[in-house]
Amino acid sequence: MLQEVLKLKKHRVAAAAFIAVYGWLFLSIAVPSASALPIPKGNVHAIPAFARKYGMPCSSCHEAWPKLSPFGQQFKDNGYQMGNEKDAPIYQNPSYWPVSFRITPHWHRESVDHADITNPLPTGATTEGRLTTHGFDVGGLDILTAGTLAKNISFLLVPAAENDGSFHFEAANVRFSNLLGSSWLNIKAGKFELDNIISEKRILGLSNNGGFYQMYHFQPVGEDTAMFTFGLGDNQFGAELSGHSKNDYTRFSAALLSSNDGTENLPNGHGYDTFVTLSQAFEAGSLGLQRVGAFAYVGRAPTYTVGGELGTDGLGQKSFYRAGFNGLWYIKKFDVMTQYLHGLDNALLGTATPSYNPLPAGAHSPTWNAGLIEPHYNLNPQFILIGRYELIRMSRQALDTNAGNLGDIDAGTVGFRYYPFISSRAGFAFHNEFSVVRQRGVSTSGRDLTSSSVFLGLDFIF
Amino acid sequence: MHSRKSILWMFLAAALLALPSSAMAQKVEGHVGKLNGHVDAGKQLYFRYCWGCHGFRGDGNGENAPYLNILPRNFVSATFKCRSTPTGTLPTDEDVFNAITRGFYTTYMPSWTALTHQQRADLVVFIKTLSTRWTKEKAGEPVKVPAEPALTTDGIKRGKELFAKLECWKCHGQEGRGDGPSAATLTDSNDQPIRPYNFAAGTRFKCGETNQDLYKIFMTGLDGTPMPSYGEQIKPEEAWDLVHYLRTLQVTHNSAELALWQGTKEGAEIVKAAKITGTPTGSGIKQ
Repeated sequence: MLQEVLKLKKHRVAAAAFIAVYGWLFLSIAVPSASALPIPKGNVHAIPAFARKYGMPCSSCHEAWPKLSPFGQQFKDNGYQMGNEKDAPIYQNPSYWPVSFRITPHWHRESVDHADITNPLPTGATTEGRLTTHGFDVGGLDILTAGTLAKNISFLLVPAAENDGSFHFEAANVRFSNLLGSSWLNIKAGKFELDNIISEKRILGLSNNGGFYQMYHFQPVGEDTAMFTFGLGDNQFGAELSGHSKNDYTRFSAALLSSNDGTENLPNGHGYDTFVTLSQAFEAGSLGLQRVGAFAYVGRAPTYTVGGELGTDGLGQKSFYRAGFNGLWYIKKFDVMTQYLHGLDNALLGTATPSYNPLPAGAHSPTWNAGLIEPHYNLNPQFILIGRYELIRMSRQALDTNAGNLGDIDAGTVGFRYYPFISSRAGFAFHNEFSVVRQRGVSTSGRDLTSSSVFLGLDFIF
Repeated sequence: MHSRKSILWMFLAAALLALPSSAMAQKVEGHVGKLNGHVDAGKQLYFRYCWGCHGFRGDGNGENAPYLNILPRNFVSATFKCRSTPTGTLPTDEDVFNAITRGFYTTYMPSWTALTHQQRADLVVFIKTLSTRWTKEKAGEPVKVPAEPALTTDGIKRGKELFAKLECWKCHGQEGRGDGPSAATLTDSNDQPIRPYNFAAGTRFKCGETNQDLYKIFMTGLDGTPMPSYGEQIKPEEAWDLVHYLRTLQVTHNSAELALWQGTKEGAEIVKAAKITGTPTGSGIKQ
């Protein structure tokens, strides 16, 4: 009898799980809509507090939130100001509080081929095999507060919690805009996103594999990522000088940054990096506004640290850089983002060798090239189809003994987002995404590592 | 059989309902310079950027309208403040294009320079489909703006006399601070309270920032507001005198007029008295 009951219960649980998963699938696909990815690698910015302040729908500043439209980019470049002498807080109702939050409950499936699998039996042997997990989950929480403190003085503060509850400041900065009455002179200081026109903070992907740009975080195989971690998509500490033409068609920025990859308390000590960008937009008849740009990040990172309980300093600093160019191309409802990046790390960084030691035989500064093509079809403000392909190819390995293609990456993402309503108060999207990444020769046995993500999410922001 | 008839009737009804709007869309054209506006493209832009304030029908009743202290433009009534055409007439396509480009100072209507010229031209022609006025009337003939005469102290003084004679001060106040005796009673065509322009605080006007723009404002009036047209009351040379005087009321805005006026004993005393210093409030307004 007990067995019968348990069997029945088991069936009920299975049925409930089946209904929950496929009901969600039905909702997000047949309704019709989308899914969102699991844990975003970084916090993603779309700020309904601005929509509420100015009474404009999300679709004004975002082609499909969080991706900015040219108007949204201009608003951001203006220091979160429309420029109509109504931007200062004194013009808002005293109860107005510029706070928004975003989180994405979701179901996701993660699969990795040739993952290390340790046998639980007493032998403890590790073999390679496919590891698959799936289930309901929740992404990190973004609390987005931003606005003007006074005319031409604005701020952004983003306290963020990972989905395990750990908390950090994703962004915290103050910006002085239109200094000396010129849009060419703006200064920002604190922790902020690098000013590249292809923004990882506004990426239209949320999955473990597709929620970030591979090229922004790539480091060659063999580097000590505990000592040297860098992501072009990571928010950084520093000060930035930026400027733009009145219509925002021409824009530039130059930043001086602490060499700590946005980590608090100066874990790498005393180094400074620089990042510069320049972009130019131009009109192409009825096709829309096109933009081309270039960027370069030149940094230094320690090869070893000294210190103890009272703090550490990074010594033996060596250089690295990332440079490239990009474009935003519009053909009416269809648009494509393209980007090329070239990277180089010093040989000591590439081989994880402290500078007081000699380089291994056959060591070089590793170099690589990366490309991105990301098309979107924005059927209307409520629906956007998303595609992305990234490739990274090593052009020189850190060691002669490495295979020529060790660490090369191919990554693809497809998905769509459906916004059932567009409002100036809140945002909601069904987000569906499939993403796959293959990296050459990085499994323990030297085989390719392929991972895939399926993500069905309810992405909301208020 | 019965259901087929029903479907047929539904199609016919839908076609009849769609007729007026599509017919209007076909009739309305818009040209800005060499650009031809396209209704469909403009419609897509409108329903991305504009409907939140101006409403689905363009009647100024968007979901945000109740929260705005200056109501959004009602495109159905097609009454426009900023025109180059005489009061009561429709604006030119360029006027509407310029309004979209410039935005409206001290309101929530921003500048839309982030849109391409073609996109703004597309919006112009779509806006014209929202009112039947555009199919029944033609835009007015633009008011001619004669060449600006040389700036003189005498001209500024004549403008000052006109300011008193035309009773501009009743609304705008003696110092142009928008605090004249009638100011508190003014309402616009939506029966909403409206404050006269404060020259002392502003550097831009609702309809532009050049002397030519200012000339046009009082020669055409701001339809839908209490600001009338003086096109038939004053001569062009008098209008220019008034422009030069009004510029001196903008005591925080460096201009040739203010510099010249401050060079006179009378002007220096007036400007000094008009300037007020205090703790910055963050609003950006300097008095």
